Amino acid sequence: MTTERSVEVTHVSRPATTPSQTVGPFFALPGGLPWPDGPELLPPEAPEAVMLRGRLSDGAGEPIPDGLIEIWQADERGGFAHPDDPRQQTTDFPGFGRCATGPDGEFWFRTVKPAALPTPAGETEAPHINVTVLARGLLDRVVTRIYFPDEPAANAVDPVLSGVDPARRDTLVATATADGFRFDIRLQGDDETIFFAV
Amino acid sequence: MSTDSIGKPSDRLILPKYERDDASHPALDTTEYFSTSLRSPLRPLQLLPQNLTEITGPVLGHERVGETDHDLTVQHGGEPLGERIVVSGRVVDSDGKPVPHALVEIWQANASGRYRHAGDRHPAPLDPNFSGTGRCMTDENGHYRFVTIKPGAYPWRNHDNAWRPAHIHFSLFGRAFTQRLVTQMYFPGDPLFYQDPIFQSVRDPKARERMICEFDLDSTIPEWALSYHFDIVLRGSHATPFEEDEDDDDD
Repeated sequence: MTTERSVEVTHVSRPATTPSQTVGPFFALPGGLPWPDGPELLPPEAPEAVMLRGRLSDGAGEPIPDGLIEIWQADERGGFAHPDDPRQQTTDFPGFGRCATGPDGEFWFRTVKPAALPTPAGETEAPHINVTVLARGLLDRVVTRIYFPDEPAANAVDPVLSGVDPARRDTLVATATADGFRFDIRLQGDDETIFFAV
Repeated sequence: MSTDSIGKPSDRLILPKYERDDASHPALDTTEYFSTSLRSPLRPLQLLPQNLTEITGPVLGHERVGETDHDLTVQHGGEPLGERIVVSGRVVDSDGKPVPHALVEIWQANASGRYRHAGDRHPAPLDPNFSGTGRCMTDENGHYRFVTIKPGAYPWRNHDNAWRPAHIHFSLFGRAFTQRLVTQMYFPGDPLFYQDPIFQSVRDPKARERMICEFDLDSTIPEWALSYHFDIVLRGSHATPFEEDEDDDDD
Protein backbone atom coordinates (compact mmCIF):
# COMPACT_ATOMS: atom_id res chain seq x y z
CA MET A 1 0.00 0.00 0.00
CA THR A 2 2.66 2.46 1.06
CA THR A 3 4.81 1.39 -1.83
CA GLU A 4 2.02 1.90 -4.35
CA ARG A 5 1.36 5.36 -3.06
CA SER A 6 4.99 6.37 -3.26
CA VAL A 7 5.17 5.05 -6.82
CA GLU A 8 2.18 7.23 -7.70
CA VAL A 9 3.77 10.30 -6.19
CA THR A 10 6.96 9.65 -8.11
CA HIS A 11 4.99 9.33 -11.32
CA VAL A 12 3.20 12.62 -10.77
CA SER A 13 6.42 14.49 -10.11
CA ARG A 14 8.17 13.06 -13.18
CA PRO A 15 6.11 13.91 -16.27
CA ALA A 16 7.03 12.14 -19.49
CA THR A 17 8.64 14.05 -22.32
CA THR A 18 6.58 15.74 -25.04
CA PRO A 19 7.18 13.83 -28.29
CA SER A 20 9.16 15.30 -31.17
CA GLN A 21 7.51 16.12 -34.50
CA THR A 22 8.84 17.31 -37.85
CA VAL A 23 9.41 21.02 -38.56
CA GLY A 24 7.53 20.41 -41.83
CA PRO A 25 8.34 22.25 -45.04
CA PHE A 26 7.11 25.73 -44.04
CA PHE A 27 9.20 26.84 -41.05
CA ALA A 28 10.97 29.47 -43.16
CA LEU A 29 8.17 32.04 -42.82
CA PRO A 30 8.80 35.77 -42.46
CA GLY A 31 9.70 36.15 -38.78
CA GLY A 32 9.93 32.37 -38.45
CA LEU A 33 12.77 30.09 -37.44
CA PRO A 34 15.50 31.38 -39.76
CA TRP A 35 16.93 34.70 -38.57
CA PRO A 36 18.63 37.15 -40.94
CA ASP A 37 21.84 36.98 -38.88
CA GLY A 38 21.38 33.35 -37.85
CA PRO A 39 24.47 32.04 -39.68
CA GLU A 40 26.69 34.87 -38.44
CA LEU A 41 28.23 33.99 -35.10
CA LEU A 42 30.84 36.64 -35.83
CA PRO A 43 30.91 39.80 -37.97
CA PRO A 44 32.82 39.60 -41.28
CA GLU A 45 35.67 41.74 -39.95
CA ALA A 46 36.45 39.47 -36.97
CA PRO A 47 40.06 38.29 -37.49
CA GLU A 48 39.41 34.82 -36.07
CA ALA A 49 36.35 34.18 -38.27
CA VAL A 50 36.24 31.17 -40.59
CA MET A 51 33.56 30.17 -43.07
CA LEU A 52 31.91 26.81 -42.56
CA ARG A 53 29.91 25.69 -45.57
CA GLY A 54 28.09 22.51 -46.43
CA ARG A 55 25.30 20.82 -48.28
CA LEU A 56 22.44 18.74 -46.91
CA SER A 57 21.39 15.86 -49.17
CA ASP A 58 19.05 12.86 -49.10
CA GLY A 59 19.38 9.18 -49.88
CA ALA A 60 19.11 9.82 -53.62
CA GLY A 61 21.94 12.36 -53.41
CA GLU A 62 19.49 15.17 -54.06
CA PRO A 63 19.88 18.46 -52.19
CA ILE A 64 17.39 19.16 -49.40
CA PRO A 65 16.05 22.71 -49.82
CA ASP A 66 13.77 22.67 -46.77
CA GLY A 67 16.23 21.85 -44.02
CA LEU A 68 17.40 23.83 -41.01
CA ILE A 69 20.91 23.43 -39.64
CA GLU A 70 21.83 24.56 -36.13
CA ILE A 71 25.31 24.54 -34.63
CA TRP A 72 26.48 24.77 -31.03
CA GLN A 73 30.13 25.08 -30.08
CA ALA A 74 32.82 26.48 -27.79
CA ASP A 75 34.95 29.45 -28.78
CA GLU A 76 38.62 29.40 -29.79
CA ARG A 77 39.67 29.13 -26.12
CA GLY A 78 37.18 26.43 -25.25
CA GLY A 79 34.64 28.73 -23.58
CA PHE A 80 30.87 28.33 -23.71
CA ALA A 81 28.43 31.20 -23.26
CA HIS A 82 26.57 29.15 -20.67
CA PRO A 83 26.28 29.08 -16.86
CA ASP A 84 26.51 25.27 -16.57
CA ASP A 85 30.13 25.06 -17.71
CA PRO A 86 31.77 24.31 -14.35
CA ARG A 87 35.06 25.77 -15.56
CA GLN A 88 33.20 29.11 -15.78
CA GLN A 89 35.01 29.97 -18.97
CA THR A 90 32.52 32.66 -19.88
CA THR A 91 32.68 34.17 -23.32
CA ASP A 92 30.85 36.73 -25.43
CA PHE A 93 30.92 34.36 -28.37
CA PRO A 94 27.29 33.20 -28.83
CA GLY A 95 28.23 29.63 -29.82
CA PHE A 96 24.90 29.15 -31.59
CA GLY A 97 24.13 29.49 -35.28
CA ARG A 98 21.09 28.67 -37.38
CA CYS A 99 20.82 28.52 -41.16
CA ALA A 100 18.03 27.34 -43.45
CA THR A 101 19.30 25.37 -46.45
CA GLY A 102 19.00 27.05 -49.84
CA PRO A 103 17.44 25.61 -53.03
CA ASP A 104 20.75 23.80 -53.60
CA GLY A 105 20.76 22.32 -50.07
CA GLU A 106 23.63 24.60 -49.09
CA PHE A 107 24.12 26.15 -45.66
CA TRP A 108 26.87 28.34 -44.16
CA PHE A 109 28.13 29.82 -40.92
CA ARG A 110 30.72 32.44 -40.07
CA THR A 111 32.24 31.15 -36.88
CA VAL A 112 35.51 30.18 -35.18
CA LYS A 113 37.31 26.91 -34.91
CA PRO A 114 36.74 25.85 -31.28
CA ALA A 115 39.43 24.65 -28.85
CA ALA A 116 39.74 21.14 -27.45
CA LEU A 117 37.72 20.36 -24.32
CA PRO A 118 38.27 18.28 -21.17
CA THR A 119 35.85 15.50 -20.25
CA PRO A 120 34.75 14.39 -16.76
CA ALA A 121 36.70 11.16 -17.33
CA GLY A 122 39.93 13.12 -17.73
CA GLU A 123 40.09 12.68 -21.50
CA THR A 124 40.38 15.41 -24.10
CA GLU A 125 37.82 15.96 -26.82
CA ALA A 126 39.27 17.21 -30.09
CA PRO A 127 37.89 20.52 -31.38
CA HIS A 128 34.34 19.88 -32.57
CA ILE A 129 31.02 21.54 -33.35
CA ASN A 130 27.68 19.92 -32.52
CA VAL A 131 25.11 20.00 -35.30
CA THR A 132 21.31 19.65 -35.26
CA VAL A 133 19.55 18.84 -38.55
CA LEU A 134 15.82 19.55 -38.86
CA ALA A 135 13.78 19.07 -42.04
CA ARG A 136 10.52 17.93 -43.53
CA GLY A 137 10.67 14.15 -43.37
CA LEU A 138 12.67 14.12 -40.13
CA LEU A 139 10.30 13.29 -37.27
CA ASP A 140 13.02 14.09 -34.75
CA ARG A 141 16.15 16.14 -35.14
CA VAL A 142 19.29 14.25 -36.05
CA VAL A 143 22.60 15.19 -34.46
CA THR A 144 26.11 14.99 -35.83
CA ARG A 145 29.51 16.48 -35.06
CA ILE A 146 32.04 18.39 -37.12
CA TYR A 147 35.73 17.65 -36.50
CA PHE A 148 38.62 19.41 -38.19
CA PRO A 149 41.07 18.09 -40.81
CA ASP A 150 44.06 19.96 -39.34
CA GLU A 151 43.81 18.12 -35.99
CA PRO A 152 44.97 14.57 -36.80
CA ALA A 153 46.64 14.01 -33.42
CA ALA A 154 43.70 15.30 -31.37
CA ASN A 155 41.21 13.45 -33.58
CA ALA A 156 43.11 10.19 -33.14
CA VAL A 157 42.54 10.23 -29.36
CA ASP A 158 39.12 11.86 -29.33
CA PRO A 159 36.86 9.53 -27.31
CA VAL A 160 33.91 9.94 -29.70
CA LEU A 161 35.71 9.92 -33.04
CA SER A 162 37.96 7.01 -32.11
CA GLY A 163 34.89 5.04 -31.05
CA VAL A 164 33.10 5.08 -34.40
CA ASP A 165 33.49 2.78 -37.40
CA PRO A 166 36.86 3.72 -39.00
CA ALA A 167 35.35 3.26 -42.46
CA ARG A 168 32.81 6.00 -41.75
CA ARG A 169 34.92 8.29 -39.54
CA ASP A 170 35.66 10.66 -42.41
CA THR A 171 31.99 11.65 -42.56
CA LEU A 172 32.58 13.55 -39.31
CA VAL A 173 35.68 15.44 -40.47
CA ALA A 174 35.36 18.69 -42.41
CA THR A 175 37.59 19.44 -45.39
CA ALA A 176 39.74 22.56 -45.67
CA THR A 177 38.72 25.31 -48.09
CA ALA A 178 40.24 28.66 -49.07
CA ASP A 179 38.23 30.55 -46.46
CA GLY A 180 37.57 27.87 -43.83
CA PHE A 181 35.98 24.45 -43.91
CA ARG A 182 33.37 22.39 -45.72
CA PHE A 183 31.13 19.80 -44.09
CA ASP A 184 28.51 18.03 -46.18
CA ILE A 185 25.69 16.14 -44.45
CA ARG A 186 24.16 13.07 -46.11
CA LEU A 187 21.04 11.82 -44.36
CA GLN A 188 21.12 8.45 -46.05
CA GLY A 189 23.07 6.32 -48.51
CA ASP A 190 26.45 4.62 -48.91
CA ASP A 191 28.24 7.68 -47.56
CA GLU A 192 25.64 8.41 -44.88
CA THR A 193 26.93 10.80 -42.22
CA ILE A 194 27.35 9.33 -38.76
CA PHE A 195 24.53 10.54 -36.52
CA PHE A 196 24.42 10.41 -32.76
CA ALA A 197 21.89 9.72 -30.06
CA VAL A 198 22.43 12.25 -27.29
CA MET B 1 40.29 30.30 -12.96
CA SER B 2 42.32 30.40 -16.13
CA THR B 3 40.54 31.53 -19.28
CA ASP B 4 43.20 30.76 -21.82
CA SER B 5 43.51 27.01 -21.61
CA ILE B 6 41.34 23.98 -21.17
CA GLY B 7 40.92 22.53 -17.70
CA LYS B 8 43.83 20.59 -16.29
CA PRO B 9 43.36 16.83 -16.25
CA SER B 10 43.33 16.97 -12.47
CA ASP B 11 40.27 19.27 -12.49
CA ARG B 12 37.36 16.92 -11.97
CA LEU B 13 34.45 18.18 -14.04
CA ILE B 14 31.05 17.55 -12.52
CA LEU B 15 28.33 17.71 -15.16
CA PRO B 16 24.56 17.17 -15.13
CA LYS B 17 23.21 14.31 -17.22
CA TYR B 18 20.04 14.57 -19.27
CA GLU B 19 17.88 11.45 -19.42
CA ARG B 20 16.95 10.06 -22.81
CA ASP B 21 13.48 8.60 -23.27
CA ASP B 22 13.32 7.08 -26.70
CA ALA B 23 9.87 5.63 -26.04
CA SER B 24 8.21 9.05 -26.30
CA HIS B 25 9.52 9.90 -29.74
CA PRO B 26 8.62 8.77 -33.25
CA ALA B 27 10.90 6.48 -35.23
CA LEU B 28 12.75 8.34 -37.98
CA ASP B 29 11.77 5.69 -40.52
CA THR B 30 8.01 5.94 -40.10
CA THR B 31 7.14 4.59 -43.54
CA GLU B 32 3.54 5.89 -43.60
CA TYR B 33 5.00 9.42 -43.70
CA PHE B 34 6.53 9.19 -47.15
CA SER B 35 9.03 12.04 -46.81
CA THR B 36 10.96 9.89 -44.33
CA SER B 37 11.88 7.33 -46.99
CA LEU B 38 14.93 9.16 -48.37
CA ARG B 39 15.62 11.31 -45.33
CA SER B 40 15.82 9.01 -42.34
CA PRO B 41 19.33 7.72 -41.62
CA LEU B 42 19.45 3.94 -42.09
CA ARG B 43 22.51 3.22 -39.96
CA PRO B 44 22.18 2.89 -36.19
CA LEU B 45 22.74 6.07 -34.20
CA GLN B 46 25.94 6.16 -32.16
CA LEU B 47 25.71 7.13 -28.52
CA LEU B 48 27.17 10.56 -27.82
CA PRO B 49 28.45 10.96 -24.25
CA GLN B 50 27.13 14.02 -22.44
CA ASN B 51 30.18 16.18 -22.07
CA LEU B 52 30.57 19.96 -22.01
CA THR B 53 29.11 20.59 -25.47
CA GLU B 54 26.03 18.50 -24.73
CA ILE B 55 25.17 19.84 -21.27
CA THR B 56 25.45 23.46 -22.36
CA GLY B 57 23.29 25.08 -25.01
CA PRO B 58 22.31 28.34 -26.63
CA VAL B 59 21.16 31.08 -24.28
CA LEU B 60 18.82 33.17 -26.39
CA GLY B 61 17.55 36.22 -24.59
CA HIS B 62 15.03 38.99 -24.94
CA GLU B 63 17.01 40.54 -27.79
CA ARG B 64 15.38 37.87 -29.97
CA VAL B 65 11.83 38.82 -28.97
CA GLY B 66 10.02 41.92 -30.27
CA GLU B 67 7.20 43.64 -28.46
CA THR B 68 4.36 42.06 -30.48
CA ASP B 69 6.02 38.72 -31.20
CA HIS B 70 3.86 36.89 -28.64
CA ASP B 71 0.60 38.29 -30.11
CA LEU B 72 0.09 37.10 -33.68
CA THR B 73 -3.15 39.09 -33.94
CA VAL B 74 -1.54 42.55 -33.73
CA GLN B 75 1.45 42.19 -36.04
CA HIS B 76 -0.25 43.91 -38.99
CA GLY B 77 -2.51 46.88 -39.69
CA GLY B 78 -5.77 44.97 -39.26
CA GLU B 79 -7.36 42.05 -37.49
CA PRO B 80 -6.60 38.59 -38.83
CA LEU B 81 -9.56 36.46 -39.83
CA GLY B 82 -10.57 33.45 -37.78
CA GLU B 83 -11.10 32.39 -34.22
CA ARG B 84 -8.85 34.22 -31.75
CA ILE B 85 -7.27 31.96 -29.15
CA VAL B 86 -4.88 32.26 -26.23
CA VAL B 87 -2.34 29.44 -26.01
CA SER B 88 -0.48 29.30 -22.72
CA GLY B 89 1.26 26.76 -20.57
CA ARG B 90 4.45 25.85 -18.84
CA VAL B 91 7.76 24.48 -20.01
CA VAL B 92 9.05 21.97 -17.47
CA ASP B 93 11.55 19.13 -17.55
CA SER B 94 10.86 15.52 -16.74
CA ASP B 95 12.13 16.12 -13.23
CA GLY B 96 9.17 18.48 -12.84
CA LYS B 97 11.38 21.56 -12.70
CA PRO B 98 10.26 24.63 -14.67
CA VAL B 99 12.49 25.80 -17.50
CA PRO B 100 12.77 29.58 -16.99
CA HIS B 101 13.88 32.25 -19.47
CA ALA B 102 13.72 29.89 -22.46
CA LEU B 103 12.91 31.00 -25.98
CA VAL B 104 9.66 29.51 -27.34
CA GLU B 105 9.01 29.88 -31.06
CA ILE B 106 5.81 29.01 -32.92
CA TRP B 107 4.68 28.94 -36.54
CA GLN B 108 1.39 27.92 -38.07
CA ALA B 109 -1.12 28.10 -40.91
CA ASN B 110 -3.82 30.76 -40.91
CA ALA B 111 -7.51 30.13 -40.20
CA SER B 112 -8.09 28.75 -43.67
CA GLY B 113 -5.19 26.30 -43.44
CA ARG B 114 -2.67 28.20 -45.55
CA TYR B 115 0.93 29.08 -44.66
CA ARG B 116 2.46 32.37 -45.72
CA HIS B 117 5.12 30.44 -47.63
CA ALA B 118 5.89 30.38 -51.34
CA GLY B 119 5.88 26.59 -51.29
CA ASP B 120 2.34 26.24 -49.91
CA ARG B 121 0.09 25.44 -52.88
CA HIS B 122 -3.12 24.87 -50.94
CA PRO B 123 -5.66 27.06 -52.79
CA ALA B 124 -7.07 28.62 -49.61
CA PRO B 125 -6.90 32.36 -49.03
CA LEU B 126 -3.90 34.07 -47.52
CA ASP B 127 -4.66 36.58 -44.78
CA PRO B 128 -2.85 39.91 -45.22
CA ASN B 129 -3.09 40.43 -41.47
CA PHE B 130 -1.57 37.14 -40.38
CA SER B 131 2.05 35.98 -40.69
CA GLY B 132 1.68 32.93 -38.46
CA THR B 133 4.95 33.29 -36.54
CA GLY B 134 5.52 34.12 -32.89
CA ARG B 135 8.17 34.17 -30.17
CA CYS B 136 8.23 34.64 -26.44
CA MET B 137 10.34 33.79 -23.42
CA THR B 138 9.22 31.68 -20.51
CA ASP B 139 9.09 33.59 -17.23
CA GLU B 140 10.97 32.61 -14.08
CA ASN B 141 8.44 29.80 -13.46
CA GLY B 142 8.49 28.44 -17.00
CA HIS B 143 5.18 30.03 -18.11
CA TYR B 144 4.66 31.21 -21.66
CA ARG B 145 1.68 32.78 -23.43
CA PHE B 146 0.71 33.49 -27.04
CA VAL B 147 -2.35 35.13 -28.59
CA THR B 148 -3.08 33.81 -32.06
CA ILE B 149 -5.71 32.48 -34.47
CA LYS B 150 -6.86 28.88 -34.46
CA PRO B 151 -5.16 27.33 -37.49
CA GLY B 152 -7.19 25.49 -40.12
CA ALA B 153 -6.68 21.92 -41.30
CA TYR B 154 -5.17 21.54 -44.76
CA PRO B 155 -4.69 18.85 -47.40
CA TRP B 156 -1.28 17.45 -48.31
CA ARG B 157 -0.22 14.78 -50.74
CA ASN B 158 1.13 12.09 -48.48
CA HIS B 159 -1.64 9.62 -49.28
CA ASP B 160 -5.09 9.62 -50.85
CA ASN B 161 -7.13 12.54 -49.47
CA ALA B 162 -4.61 13.25 -46.71
CA TRP B 163 -5.37 16.14 -44.32
CA ARG B 164 -3.20 17.52 -41.53
CA PRO B 165 -5.09 18.03 -38.27
CA ALA B 166 -5.00 21.66 -37.10
CA HIS B 167 -1.69 22.23 -35.32
CA ILE B 168 0.80 24.83 -34.14
CA HIS B 169 4.53 24.09 -34.47
CA PHE B 170 6.62 24.69 -31.34
CA SER B 171 10.41 25.01 -31.07
CA LEU B 172 12.26 24.98 -27.73
CA PHE B 173 15.89 24.93 -26.66
CA GLY B 174 15.65 24.26 -22.95
CA ARG B 175 18.92 24.77 -21.13
CA ALA B 176 21.18 22.26 -22.86
CA PHE B 177 21.93 20.95 -26.34
CA THR B 178 20.42 17.65 -25.18
CA GLN B 179 17.06 19.31 -24.41
CA ARG B 180 16.36 20.70 -27.90
CA LEU B 181 12.80 19.91 -28.97
CA VAL B 182 10.63 20.70 -31.98
CA THR B 183 7.05 19.49 -31.67
CA GLN B 184 3.50 20.22 -32.78
CA MET B 185 0.52 21.15 -30.60
CA TYR B 186 -2.80 19.62 -31.64
CA PHE B 187 -6.36 20.49 -30.59
CA PRO B 188 -8.65 18.23 -28.54
CA GLY B 189 -11.00 15.89 -30.33
CA ASP B 190 -9.74 16.53 -33.85
CA PRO B 191 -11.45 14.04 -36.21
CA LEU B 192 -8.36 13.97 -38.46
CA PHE B 193 -5.98 12.35 -35.96
CA TYR B 194 -6.63 8.78 -37.07
CA GLN B 195 -5.49 9.33 -40.65
CA ASP B 196 -2.47 11.57 -39.96
CA PRO B 197 0.82 9.68 -40.17
CA ILE B 198 2.79 12.49 -38.50
CA PHE B 199 0.58 12.49 -35.39
CA GLN B 200 0.41 8.68 -35.50
CA SER B 201 4.19 8.39 -35.82
CA VAL B 202 4.16 8.60 -32.02
CA ARG B 203 3.10 5.03 -31.33
CA ASP B 204 2.25 5.28 -27.63
CA PRO B 205 -1.31 6.68 -27.28
CA LYS B 206 -0.39 8.28 -23.96
CA ALA B 207 2.57 10.02 -25.58
CA ARG B 208 0.30 11.26 -28.39
CA GLU B 209 -1.97 12.81 -25.76
CA ARG B 210 0.97 14.89 -24.58
CA MET B 211 0.82 16.73 -27.93
CA ILE B 212 -2.84 17.69 -27.49
CA CYS B 213 -3.67 20.90 -25.65
CA GLU B 214 -6.60 21.27 -23.24
CA PHE B 215 -9.43 23.73 -23.45
CA ASP B 216 -8.83 26.20 -20.63
CA LEU B 217 -11.90 28.18 -19.60
CA ASP B 218 -10.03 30.02 -16.85
CA SER B 219 -7.70 31.66 -19.32
CA THR B 220 -10.33 32.72 -21.84
CA ILE B 221 -10.74 36.43 -22.38
CA PRO B 222 -14.48 37.12 -21.96
CA GLU B 223 -16.20 38.45 -25.07
CA TRP B 224 -12.95 38.11 -26.99
CA ALA B 225 -11.01 34.82 -27.14
CA LEU B 226 -11.12 31.16 -26.13
CA SER B 227 -8.06 29.60 -24.55
CA TYR B 228 -6.02 26.43 -24.65
CA HIS B 229 -3.44 25.14 -22.20
CA PHE B 230 -0.36 23.29 -23.44
CA ASP B 231 2.44 22.17 -21.13
CA ILE B 232 5.67 21.08 -22.76
CA VAL B 233 8.00 18.61 -21.07
CA LEU B 234 11.70 18.53 -21.98
CA ARG B 235 14.21 15.92 -20.89
CA GLY B 236 15.21 16.21 -17.26
CA SER B 237 18.68 16.39 -15.79
CA HIS B 238 20.12 14.47 -12.92
CA ALA B 239 22.01 16.77 -10.64
CA THR B 240 24.14 13.86 -9.42
CA PRO B 241 26.82 13.23 -12.00
CA PHE B 242 28.56 10.16 -10.62
CA GLU B 243 26.74 7.11 -11.93
CA GLU B 244 29.55 4.61 -12.04
CA ASP B 245 31.34 4.26 -15.34
CA GLU B 246 28.36 3.51 -17.56
CA ASP B 247 28.51 6.71 -19.56
CA ASP B 248 29.59 4.94 -22.70
CA ASP B 249 26.91 2.34 -23.02
CA ASP B 250 23.82 3.25 -21.03
CA ASP B 251 20.77 4.81 -22.55
